[in-house]
Amino acid sequence: MDFSIAALLAQDGITNGAIYALLALALVLVFTVTRVILIPSGEFVVYGTLTLAGFQLGKPPGTIGLVVAMAAIAGIMEAVACVRRGESARIPRQVALWTGLPVAIAAIAAWLAPVELPFWAQLALTLALVTVLGPLLYRIVYQPVAEATVLVLLIVSVAVHFVLTGLGLAFFGAEGSRTPAFSSESIQVSDINVSVQSLLVVGTSIALIAVLALFFGRTLYGKALRATALNRIGARLTGISPNLAGALTFTLAALMCAFCGVLIGPITTVYYESGFLVSLKGFVGAIIGGMVSYPLAAAGALLVGLLEAYASYFASGFKEVIVFTLIIPVLLWRSFTSHHQEEEDE
Amino acid sequence: MKARHTLSALAVAVLAATGLTAAARADVNVGVTLSATGPAASLGIPEKNTFEILPATIAGEKINWIILDDASDTTKAVTNTRKLITEDKVDLIVGSTITPNSLAMVDIVSEAEVPMISMAASARIVDPANPKTRWVFKTPQSDALMADAIAVSMKASGVKTMGYIGFNDAYGEGWLNEITKSAQIAGIKIVAAEKYNRNDTSVTGQVLKLVSANPDAILIGAAGTPGATPQKELAARGYKGKIYQTHGVANPDFLRVVGKDGNGTILPIGPMLVYEQLPDSNPLKKSAAEYITKYEAKYGKDSRSTFGGHAWDAYVLFANALPSALKKAKPGTKEFRVALRDALEAEKEVVASHGVYTMTPVDHNGLDNRARTMIRIDNGKWVLVK
Repeated sequence: MDFSIAALLAQDGITNGAIYALLALALVLVFTVTRVILIPSGEFVVYGTLTLAGFQLGKPPGTIGLVVAMAAIAGIMEAVACVRRGESARIPRQVALWTGLPVAIAAIAAWLAPVELPFWAQLALTLALVTVLGPLLYRIVYQPVAEATVLVLLIVSVAVHFVLTGLGLAFFGAEGSRTPAFSSESIQVSDINVSVQSLLVVGTSIALIAVLALFFGRTLYGKALRATALNRIGARLTGISPNLAGALTFTLAALMCAFCGVLIGPITTVYYESGFLVSLKGFVGAIIGGMVSYPLAAAGALLVGLLEAYASYFASGFKEVIVFTLIIPVLLWRSFTSHHQEEEDE
Repeated sequence: MKARHTLSALAVAVLAATGLTAAARADVNVGVTLSATGPAASLGIPEKNTFEILPATIAGEKINWIILDDASDTTKAVTNTRKLITEDKVDLIVGSTITPNSLAMVDIVSEAEVPMISMAASARIVDPANPKTRWVFKTPQSDALMADAIAVSMKASGVKTMGYIGFNDAYGEGWLNEITKSAQIAGIKIVAAEKYNRNDTSVTGQVLKLVSANPDAILIGAAGTPGATPQKELAARGYKGKIYQTHGVANPDFLRVVGKDGNGTILPIGPMLVYEQLPDSNPLKKSAAEYITKYEAKYGKDSRSTFGGHAWDAYVLFANALPSALKKAKPGTKEFRVALRDALEAEKEVVASHGVYTMTPVDHNGLDNRARTMIRIDNGKWVLVK
């Protein structure tokens, strides 16, 4: 192995690592606020890529139907909840929010799908469609069991993962898709070719992380989420709605995953069931961050990406083994060094 | 609760009734288990589609096609097979789509003495050395037949060294074994062999290693659209040698995903895929046309897939064997199943979509060189290499 191969592998590893980092951050975010281990994050990634691919073929993607169906269910659930609380007057507002808004997005997407749109418009529609799935999923699946134990929430996540994978097969078919690269240019840095595409991926990830940091540091909603993550009961006592926090978290997580999907599309072929492995690698990153630390999770994800790139060169048959074995020393180290906080002593 | 009980009772009654009528009329029951979901779904779906266009009557006898999905899972395939044999009392099992499932089913059908036609590729399914395969036939070309075609084609174009990158599973391993044998015979040296997974987000590492070994040609041992991943990476790394693929990638989705990076790629294939380009003298032209016209009439232009052809060939073999079996015994009996097996084994020069089948007691695949041809990808089209 000479220097240029090592540099190419590093470039490949950092590009993938940046995508895993976004996923790891989404996982940490969701876990700290709602205690849900978001196994279906990979499905959001896949839906992101395949929805964009659908728009590019001029076919209305199956996600449109899913959004409409989930919006209808969420609307009914909200209406029933309002009646139970004796707040029937709030029904129109809640239904408009939970059913009206997602259906409107879906309608715009369905209407524009056959039209040849500029790339940015397809991108915006894709992100909008996949992002609204996040809060809808939270409202339908997780909100009713929000107070359950971490284990129950994990089991629910596994179930959601299988349901979304199955729906993915029904919507997008068994074969994979790719989306065209944002750019096929490459820049010569000394004697290494750096592709603009991978710079874009890394750049987007960094930008998104910066925006999130601003959101959490400067805005009221961001601070509310941080408060909930720190202490759920305390946050509720100060008037932060756990439901709002949950829905907001899932919106952000879905947006980040959709971004991952859009970024990963030009690099690799994505299948309806690709999501699990990708989210698992983000998960390894998140574990390195102990499921609480954002910078450590991002660094861990980057490490996973690099390790994967070099492992595929030296021992391609054992690549996954090497990547997932990494988790064992990390877990050992964490269990020896960290003092476990019993937060769940309700 | 009560309403629910009534409902389930009703459902049981309906199921029992349909079961009874099926048994009373003594139609021929054919049980199919295929992988319409799971990792092999891209192979299983065209097969399932093919079963949906098959005639309901053959040789004046009503055929019940009972189609189950095994989700590409070996355990499920075994459960399906047992269910088809014990509950549906089938006279023939068709399936499954993939090799591991089919191998597991061999034990069950030989124990229950029900003939089976597999749609999976490995030669081990019908290995004559294994006495259990007495009851088992298969329609697809064996990897050995196709690997040999690749080695012959490489040798003809002056290739001296080759690299290999394939799936890190039974498919990739099987191909590596076969091509190693065929390449040795053709005097071609394998200088690098790499593995990857179908869900890998990147194959840069493997491809860099292949390119740095600089072989004259590279064979990609993959099935379906995942075969495009190393090919696109090879193009991105500026590899200039010849690229070969296996017949596993021959579907329209592969062409869509690989795009212009696929140009010039060569692969062996059952002639049905390019039947329009075959000379009129080729007996397969007419039989392949019959199947593909029917299939594309229902599923759209260019929807053809060679995997569906394997299912069609299983039907052709069955339809050819049925009349003579019907003469000997009544469907649903043990004698009928024995007669059907014997008739399948006695088939000679049966022209189906992929090739011409001639079964013998030691060859339950029955295909020869007429079942393969080399094609090239040319601007998103399959072109016959003359």
